[in-house]
Amino acid sequence: MSFVFYLLAVLTVAGGLAAVLLKNTVHCALALTVAFAGLAFLYLNLDAQFAGFAQILVYIGAVAILVVFAILLTKGSETPKDGVFSKTWLAGLVVAAGVFAVLGWAVLQTAPMLPKATASPAVTVGQIGNALVDRYVLPLEIVAVLLTVALIGAVIVAMHEKEGSR
Amino acid sequence: MTPLAGFLLVAALLFAIGLAGALTRRNAILVLIGIELMLNAANLNLIAFWRYGPHPEMLTGMMFAIFSIAVAAAEAAVGLGLVISIHRHAHTTDLDQMNRMKG
Repeated sequence: MSFVFYLLAVLTVAGGLAAVLLKNTVHCALALTVAFAGLAFLYLNLDAQFAGFAQILVYIGAVAILVVFAILLTKGSETPKDGVFSKTWLAGLVVAAGVFAVLGWAVLQTAPMLPKATASPAVTVGQIGNALVDRYVLPLEIVAVLLTVALIGAVIVAMHEKEGSR
Repeated sequence: MTPLAGFLLVAALLFAIGLAGALTRRNAILVLIGIELMLNAANLNLIAFWRYGPHPEMLTGMMFAIFSIAVAAAEAAVGLGLVISIHRHAHTTDLDQMNRMKG
């Protein structure tokens, strides 16, 4: 367990906590970006360079911008008078704490059996590209269709309906 | 503690934070942010198991995470489109006020 790992873990968890706790929605989106960046650096720390840079491109480059756009389009940056947490926040908190307790217990129980540190795998982007068009070509095509469908669907769902066209 | 256990604990903590956000916030966009955090925690698990698993050169966990990132991007686009549509219809993104199935 290196110092870098602890630093990145603290950064990621702090970003996640700020993203769900802050009152201003725009600040939440910015904190979410910090959490995404921390995760990308954790992937790089795990020798998964391709996944790390894909995380930066897709999440920081696209999803965070999309979230900010949605917040501004829905005037969500105004803090509501009656608080930012729902009426049933205590039940949600209890459920989340229970899930974390179970997951943490399971990890700590199996920790002695988990594999020790191994030599870092030498994986190049070329190998990933070859695997994508060789062994994983069917999932790749399905993802291509899914992204097209999601793009068209998102535009149709969010498209402005003219009055009386229904 | 092995490195893998550390990564798994961070992912579990991030998942719990995302779940708490999705269950306790009023704003629909913040609920989507919580769901994104949960998806990312799952991706961190996949990459950590790929790194410390027996056959990292097979790239299985890495591919799983990459496809998961692509699907999460599609999910975010559709989810935020739905939030914008609901806001246009009901003039609010407060989930506590959305208590009718019929518009």
